[in-house]
Amino acid sequence: MNRETSRVPAPLLLPAALGVAFLLLPLVGLLVRTPWSQLGNQLAAPGVGEALRLSLLSATLATALSLLLGVPLAWVLARSRARGVSVLRALVTVPLVLPPVVGGVALFLVLGRQGIVGSWLDDAFGITIPFTTAAVVIAETFVAMPFLVISVEGALRAADARFEDVAATLGAGRWTTFRRVTLPLVAPGVAAGAVLCWARALGEFGATITFAGNFPGTTQTMPLAVYLALQRDPEAAVVLSVVLLAVSLATLLLLRDRWLGRGAA
Amino acid sequence: MLAVLALVAGCSGEGADEDGGTLTVLAAASLTDVFDRLAERFREEHPGVDLRISYGGSDGLAVAITQGAPADVFASAAEEQMAVVTGAGLAAEPETFAGNVLTIAVPEGNPAGITGLADLAREELTLAVCAPEVPCGAAAGELLEVAGVQARPDTYEEDVRAALNKVGLGEVDAALVYATDVAARPDRVDGVEVPEADSVVNDYPVAVLDDAPNPAAARAFVDLLLSDEGREVLARAGFRAP
Repeated sequence: MNRETSRVPAPLLLPAALGVAFLLLPLVGLLVRTPWSQLGNQLAAPGVGEALRLSLLSATLATALSLLLGVPLAWVLARSRARGVSVLRALVTVPLVLPPVVGGVALFLVLGRQGIVGSWLDDAFGITIPFTTAAVVIAETFVAMPFLVISVEGALRAADARFEDVAATLGAGRWTTFRRVTLPLVAPGVAAGAVLCWARALGEFGATITFAGNFPGTTQTMPLAVYLALQRDPEAAVVLSVVLLAVSLATLLLLRDRWLGRGAA
Repeated sequence: MLAVLALVAGCSGEGADEDGGTLTVLAAASLTDVFDRLAERFREEHPGVDLRISYGGSDGLAVAITQGAPADVFASAAEEQMAVVTGAGLAAEPETFAGNVLTIAVPEGNPAGITGLADLAREELTLAVCAPEVPCGAAAGELLEVAGVQARPDTYEEDVRAALNKVGLGEVDAALVYATDVAARPDRVDGVEVPEADSVVNDYPVAVLDDAPNPAAARAFVDLLLSDEGREVLARAGFRAP
């Protein structure tokens, strides 16, 4: 441990320490101001458990959906030599820079009752997406998936392509190579991307409240509950934020130990 | 880095007379159109003053003021949020300058055929109301109770303009919003008159803040708002006289 620290060059140490302070002090501020005596009351308050459960469920579903669509997309971005891939890469990261509220409006224009796809879904199947839990998952996926795509693409680019070439010369088909060679090779990158994606989805606010609305039990996730509590009872909002933070930190630490192992961390 | 932050933070202007300096007004989102018009008039009369208006939810603005946001005037959409500021000893003697009532906003052409509050109980309807935590939501709850209507909202919106936007996009069949909000969007949104609305009137208070960096200009702005001219601009936007 000592040898490790002594290797950090001095010019990096000070900015690194400032960086830690910058990121952690607001958290400390939150913890200092938390009315701990109210914790029990707030947790027992109707709707809090519901909001927390909905948050965890929708963030997990959004991550699953992102993995399903995002990993193949990352592969295309990293490996395809087709023209226009760099433009495609820039386009799929648009949700990163788009204000989430605008993202929510954009989702309306596509999947809303009057939207391009949504009006067809409504006419043909009687399905309306806005103001449902499905809308929460869609909004979170829209905002969070680019994080996964970027991580996985980076891992794919860093991975040694010669393993894939060898697999091919040994007679493995492309799909087998992807499944048996590429995917295990970039597994830590996929896991890291999934964690980022999950965390972003868990904290999602703007696109969710716009596209999915806010209704206890179906679309009111923790960030929405925190925001509205802030209007009425700021102390309750602080307690709710700390609960969300604790649950997400615990989940991420647990997953890191189980999935990534110590070496990857 | 800290030096840069200090520099940025120190950028807000100084000044303290009726015809100079910066004047910062924090106003409820529902006042956007009226205050923009009054600001034009104010700038004509006081060309030396750099007038800046920031619009937002009254509750958020009240919190910002108690957290030390530098401002001269606060105009709230409800007395409750003004009470947060006066309660913290940051302003005294707010004056009521307007009242607002709720109405039903529907997408242009009223596709769901809504004629009154009773329709809001219809099950197949997609309905937006404001969250009970914000003024328009509290008013909506009160109004529905007075009318004895068991409405079935599909979403509790974070502020009145968010509710109105969902009507404008055609994603909800109806929303309970302020009459003035409907008046501000004549192209996309129609209003359905609600006879019961008069029983729940939201009063709008305004106050010069005690720590106002520019109290003279602040007073001049409030006087303009309370003048006959201000009343007329408010009335044209659909506000009631206090």
